[in-house]
This record gives sequence, structure tokens and C-alpha cells, in this order.
Amino acid sequence: MTALLTVDRLSIATQARQLVRNLSFSIAPGERLGLIGESGSGKSLTSLALIGLLPETMAATGSIRLDGTEVIGAGERQLVALRGPAAATIFQEPLTALDPLMRVGRQVGEVVRRRLRHEGLPSSAPAVQTRVLELLSRVALPDPERLARVYPHEMSGGQRQRVAIAMALAWRPKLLVADEPTTALDVTTQAEILALIGQLVREDNMALLFISHDIPVVAGTVDRVAVLRQGELVEAGPVSDVLQAPADPYTRSLVAAARTFDTALGRLF
Amino acid sequence: MSFITVENVSFAYRSGRTILDSLNLTIEKGRNLGIVGESGSGKTTLLRLLLGLAQPSAGRILLDGQILDTRNRAFMGGFRKRVQAVFQDPYSSLDPRQSVFNIVAEPLRALKVQTDIESAVSEALAAVGLPADAARRYPHEFSGGQRQRIAIARAIVARPDLVLADEIVSALDLSTRILIVDLLKTLSTSATFAVVSHDIALVALLCPDIIILEKGRIVESGPTERVLKDPAHPYTRRLLASTPRLPPPV
Ligand SMILES: Nc1ncnc2c1ncn2[C@@H]1O[C@H](COP(=O)(O)OP(=O)(O)OP(=O)(O)O)[C@@H](O)[C@H]1O
Ligand SMILES: Nc1ncnc2c1ncn2[C@@H]1O[C@H](COP(=O)(O)OP(=O)(O)OP(=O)(O)O)[C@@H](O)[C@H]1O
Ligand SMILES: [Mg+2]
Ligand SMILES: [Mg+2]
Repeated sequence: MTALLTVDRLSIATQARQLVRNLSFSIAPGERLGLIGESGSGKSLTSLALIGLLPETMAATGSIRLDGTEVIGAGERQLVALRGPAAATIFQEPLTALDPLMRVGRQVGEVVRRRLRHEGLPSSAPAVQTRVLELLSRVALPDPERLARVYPHEMSGGQRQRVAIAMALAWRPKLLVADEPTTALDVTTQAEILALIGQLVREDNMALLFISHDIPVVAGTVDRVAVLRQGELVEAGPVSDVLQAPADPYTRSLVAAARTFDTALGRLF
Repeated sequence: MSFITVENVSFAYRSGRTILDSLNLTIEKGRNLGIVGESGSGKTTLLRLLLGLAQPSAGRILLDGQILDTRNRAFMGGFRKRVQAVFQDPYSSLDPRQSVFNIVAEPLRALKVQTDIESAVSEALAAVGLPADAARRYPHEFSGGQRQRIAIARAIVARPDLVLADEIVSALDLSTRILIVDLLKTLSTSATFAVVSHDIALVALLCPDIIILEKGRIVESGPTERVLKDPAHPYTRRLLASTPRLPPPV
């Protein structure tokens, strides 16, 4: 199968520092890739580069082919067309995705409307509203009718994160880029969201780039995993291989720490 | 006398729905409290009340036996010196126009703490595992986990008695998380922490006591070890059952 996303020797640098170096990986439709690595290793910058959203102070070199388009060097119009239908992103900081001055239902509604138009479907107000409420309840938000009418600051952290997830899913993207999508969620809600993402991967053949430092969650969510350290890929492969028998010393230390934590957790309850 | 006493506290935002319903709890000096519960159950709201950012609609909160009254300026002056918070959305709580140095130094300046600001700031940054040159950079130049650590450094720099910590390790990888847990453990000899987290392991490591919130009510509370080993409430059991675990080693 041809890849939906092919990243080839991607490097990202500011004037002062090299932040990502020679990174290559690819994702096929319906495939789930995990990206793990310590804080500051370049995971979020990589995810921003995929849709041409790096800060202006940074330059990317190499190649990123997303759904047939070369992202590096692409113009803003091309990039805007890619963002959403080709790749939708759940950003690490949910607040950055939300407009503080707009009711939550309207924000999700804007995406729904744009998606319906993109597909050439009718985007009447009632059709949009129905889809918005459906999305809000799919991300496990209680009382969607009420929450659709509130502003982001009137929600809890985890509720805002779920709205950001709903907005990304509203695109029905070919690739979902999820950067720490469940950090603000309790474990029961997290389980619901991960099940939903899994379902969309199966039913819509959506591809997933899943960034997380939570190794047990990664283990249960993706097929393959890539390990970043200080901007460089140290290891990649099927998730069971990498986590059960890590080849690289850094991955080994990550997995060992997770194992120690897991054993301690096992003693607690 | 308890350090913090929450007596029959209820709270509603202006929209009118009851968010917190007749909460009772105490925090003893030196005994960290873990606050766990479903998203939307009212954890952040409880911290806002403890911080004096909002007034209970009913009931009262006492610090060392004195009523936390946001209109009592003399009381609030002393209170602000003793209580610091790390908020749930670290980025939005960091002023983008200020250097990290100014952000971390802010409590020292605002509270007129008599100390060598330079060295207090660099000590705090080192304690959370940030490089020394972080001080002259700006928040947008940092990764999610690094920003979270800037917020932690700001909360501990003025050596408060009580630290309210809302999901402070959620964006951190395991090794940084261990560093922060160790740091908070060390600080726990001089400060008391109220820790909101969905990370049960973190709560177990740091907090001898725990409360479980569901829909604005405390459904279970007590020593953390007991509650985790022998959860009485169905919600607590569900919570423990949904905690992600590693597949067993081959
Ligand atoms: N705007 C910027 N200017 C300069 N350096 C930056 C900028 N944004 C990020 N960095 C640096 O780039 C490196 C990679 O950042 P990135 O956000 O990709 O990390 P991450 O792997 O997502 O970490 P985390 O797990 O903490 O979110 C970090 O060292 C960070 O300090
Ligand atoms: N400013 C506000 N106005 C009205 N309602 C609010 C406001 N802030 C929060 N709420 C509501 O109060 C309830 C409790 O919110 P709170 O932020 O305390 O939850 P939480 O337990 O911290 O959740 P999370 O784990 O998602 O952060 C939620 O239903 C939320 O929608
Ligand atoms: Mg990141
Ligand atoms: Mg909260």
C-alpha cells in the first residue's frame, strides 16, 4: 500500500540549534504509529512540521509527503487545503485550538460545516447542529446540548481537551495527529476516547500518529512505535517488539522505568 | 487544629448548577492530600476555592483556624505568602511576554520575599530539571513538559506552606516525572501539597491521604493505601480497573 505520510530525512533547526535531525518514517492508511521519547525530544515539533505549522523562527529540510503533496516549501494555500481533510491535529495544549470568545458548539460547527462543504454535502444549520451534538457525545462529554452553549473557560480542563478532540475528528481526517491527547483526562474517560479513536481507525481506515509519554497507553493504542531522543530516531518497529525487546539502550531505559512504575502500581491495588 | 478545614462547602458558578456539594475535608500540616476524580467532577473548582479565587456559595474554609475570606485584606495578604498553585493549563498561566526568569521570580517580587532573587530562580529551575540558560528564554520556546516545569518552579520558588498542584505531571515523561516526584517529596518536609491528578501512582507516592470526587461529591476518602487496596465505592473500583497497565513481560 502506498503511504499516506512519508517523512524523509526531516531536520528542523533554529538559527541557534538543531532540534530534529534526519528523521524518517512513514504511515500507511489505517496504520497507527506511536511517537515516544523524553520531554523536549522533538515530538511536537515533528507533528507541527507535518502540516507546515512550525514557528517562523525554524526551518525544516528534507521531505514530508502528505497525501500526495510535498509539505516542505508548500505555499500557505496548499497547506490550508491539507490541514483538516488530509491531517487533523489534536494539539498538546488544548486551549491553543480553542477560540476563547466563541461558544464551543459554534467552534465545532465551523469545522463540521467546512467538512460537509468539502464533501459537497448540504450544510444546513440543523444538519450541522445534529453532527456537532453527535461528536460531543462521542467524545464522552455529558450533556452535550448544555456544553455546546458554553465558552471554553466555562469548562473543565478535560472537557476542553475533549472539545479539541471532537474538532479534529469533525474533519474525518485521513491522518489523525494526536499530541498527548488524553493528558487532561481521568483514566475512565481516557479509555473511552482511546476506544473511539481505535474504532475510527478500523471503520474509516483513518491513520494515526499518536504522541505520548505514557508507555502503557502507547502499548495498547498503536501498531508500530518510533522512539525519539534529542531530535533523533533511535529505534522503530512493531510496538510489541520495541517494548518487549528494545534494541537501543535509551529505549531499554524508557521501558525499564515504565516497568518499574507498572510493578509499583501492581502492588498498590 | 487542622491546617486546612473545609466545612460543608458547596459551590455553584453563576450558571447556577451545583458544582461542589457539601464537601467536608481536612488537610493536616505535612500530610499531602491527593484529589482524584472524573473529568468535570470539580477538582479544579475545589482548588480555586482553596486558593481564594472564588468564594463558597455555602460553608466555609479555614486556614489554621482562620476563615478564608477573600474580602478580608489583612488575612489575604498573609494567605498569599503561604499558598501557591500550579494550574492545569501551564501554558496559559505563563505570561508569553515575560522571560522565564521574570516568570519564576514573580512570586518573590510580588510577595517582597527577602532573598537573592537570581540564585533562588536558578535553584528552582535546576530543581525541576531545566538548564540554567532557560532563564533568559521565553515560554513559547519550550516543549509542553518544559513549560509545565516552569510553572512548578514558579510555585516552589517562594517556599510556600501549601502548594495546590493541578495535574502537574500530566505532560511529563516518566524520567522527568520521577524527578518531580522526588523533588516534591523533598519539599514535603517543609510544605504541604494538595495534588489533583489522575495518575494514581503519583498520588500514592506523594499523598498519605486521598479523596475521590464524583459529580461534586466526595464519594470516598481516607488513607491512600487503604482506599486503593480496598476501594468501597463503585466509582473508585472503576477508576482502578481502567488504569492502563503494561502487557506482562514475555
Ligand atoms: N519556538 C521555539 N524556539 C526554540 N526552541 C524551541 C521552540 N519550540 C520548541 N523548542 C525546543 O525544541 C525542542 C523540542 O521541542 P518539542 O516541543 O518538539 O518537544 P516534545 O518532544 O514535544 O516534548 P514534550 O514531551 O515536553 O512535549 C525542545 O528542546 C524545545 O525547548
Ligand atoms: N467558569 C465556569 N463557569 C461555569 N461552569 C464551570 C466553570 N468552570 C468549570 N465549570 C463546570 O464545573 C464542573 C467542574 O469543573 P472543574 O474544572 O472543577 O472539573 P475538574 O474535576 O477539574 O475536571 P478536569 O479533570 O477535566 O480538569 C464542570 O462541569 C465544568 O463544566
Ligand atoms: Mg510536546
Ligand atoms: Mg481540572
